[in-house]
Amino acid sequence: MKTAERRELEGLALEVRKDIVRMTGVARSGNIGSSLSLVDILVYLYWKVLRIRPEEPHWPARDRVVLSKSHACPALYAVLANRGFFDRSELWNFRRLGAMLQGHPEMVRTPGVDAPGGSVGMGIGIANGLMLASGFDGLDSRVFCILGDGELQEGSIWESAMKTPDLGSGKIIALVDMNGMQMNGPVKDIRNIEPLREKFESFRWTVAEADGHDFDDLEGAFALALKRADEGPSVILARTVPGKGFSLAEKGLLGYPSSPMNRERMEQALREMESATGGTGKGEDL
Amino acid sequence: MKSTLEGFGEGLLEAARERKDLILLHADMDAVPIIDPFVSNFPGRAINCGVSEQDMIMTAAGLALGGKTPVVLSWSAFLTTRAFDQIRTCLAIPGLQAILAGTHAGLSAGEEGVSHQMNQDIALMRSLPNMSVLVPADAASSSVSVSLSLDHPGPVYLRLGADRVPDTCTDRNADVRAGSGRLLREGDGITICACGIMVHEALKAAEILSQQGISAEVIDCFSIKPLPSQQILASLRRTGCCVVAEEHNLIGGLGEAVASLSASENPVPVRCVAISDRYGQSGAPRELQEYYGLTFREIVGESAQAWSMRRR
Repeated sequence: MKTAERRELEGLALEVRKDIVRMTGVARSGNIGSSLSLVDILVYLYWKVLRIRPEEPHWPARDRVVLSKSHACPALYAVLANRGFFDRSELWNFRRLGAMLQGHPEMVRTPGVDAPGGSVGMGIGIANGLMLASGFDGLDSRVFCILGDGELQEGSIWESAMKTPDLGSGKIIALVDMNGMQMNGPVKDIRNIEPLREKFESFRWTVAEADGHDFDDLEGAFALALKRADEGPSVILARTVPGKGFSLAEKGLLGYPSSPMNRERMEQALREMESATGGTGKGEDL
Repeated sequence: MKSTLEGFGEGLLEAARERKDLILLHADMDAVPIIDPFVSNFPGRAINCGVSEQDMIMTAAGLALGGKTPVVLSWSAFLTTRAFDQIRTCLAIPGLQAILAGTHAGLSAGEEGVSHQMNQDIALMRSLPNMSVLVPADAASSSVSVSLSLDHPGPVYLRLGADRVPDTCTDRNADVRAGSGRLLREGDGITICACGIMVHEALKAAEILSQQGISAEVIDCFSIKPLPSQQILASLRRTGCCVVAEEHNLIGGLGEAVASLSASENPVPVRCVAISDRYGQSGAPRELQEYYGLTFREIVGESAQAWSMRRR
């Protein structure tokens, strides 16, 4: 990846991170740790991979994104707003009564949200159906399913993952945001999901691994997954840092994962993010 | 005599001819005789999801999101319980169009026993906003229920039985509309609301009641949600008392729906013939029906009670 391209993605990721901090800060709730870990993956996906038309969110031939770890919706909302699906001012109503942006995504309310969610463990199954539908219509769209590592404890994930390789020449690419944390602590201590590569391989998925905060690495993993897309499903295991970019969240000092954000913490996070990147971001009065 | 499952199969073939977007998903139900004709008529449009009801519902949701009309078939007992979260999250909340056909419902799983019989499904499904619930009484109305469900934008739970049942009405298209009941017998002494296999029992009961001087009006409430409220209330205004008969637990079914309607709009005695909050056991379906008190005899008894309680 060229330096300029990487810089551009890093700039976008910074804006998205700041928006996540602002929206959870204003709402005083929302899953910040799980959202910040996902940012770089979503930025790469939405700016470099997806065939979408933000001005025509229901374009039938679009690629689909199923956010299975839907508690990380602040990240999705910030990406969709910055990608032009709706006005950024909607972000400041996150979780409010009547808001377009619900605490967990409600597809009928939000342009750009392609699938229902809120109850984890359902993404691969929905992706299977979406892929079948595009196959019936002869469309070339691809389905990207964003999973969390904690949610892989749900049995329904594996029911669906077992089916995907038999669905024909579909194009399903799953990404696991491996931030290592779940509601009550480290995933490995609560219910160990490893060895994950072997699990997916034994379910006949192609497995790629990446540093989920390194755009060059993500580029390589996506390239591999897309190259293999005609042969069967792929999964990218992306190692990430929970709360990436905000020291309190990274250190787990906010309490995982639904961190009680407030104005003070929001300002601290914004200062940290600004200074880490030389303070290029624009100020925002909320 | 055919089962409502067989009637559903006929309606499904008809609907699939008209609607190219209709896709059948089932959870390893090849042994059910309606699958073969569908597969041979519409190859590639039936998907055996294996014994994985949760994945089947999620897949159905994905198909619906992609513009298809999924029709899902499984045992009622497993479809409505194992995949309840998926039904709620993936279909009911977004209001996606789908038919959920739950077969072997009620006591019709017979000898399979309690795990396979299902008498809580109506309660589960009707508690979900956006979900419609249809309980056809015979093969003909079951067949019509398919196209009826497809005219409806949201998800529909279609409750089917595996046991053969008599026809309750000769006119195939008689008034089978969502939100409307089929008026099968007019009367002004008592209103009998019934659904599923209890419609036939209600007609038998009405015959006996007429010999006793009570003129019973029989409404086939095959559309449990939306309930044919105006039709039921109009009948209650004439009769002043009501019996509800259903092959379901006493809790959460048609009985409670009608009782609640009456309580708020026109309080009259409403008595229920249903399973009294217990589980089933192995046995022939008809034996079970007798054992759990789901016959015309109970309807006659409850009707006499309700009739004597009415305000004069």
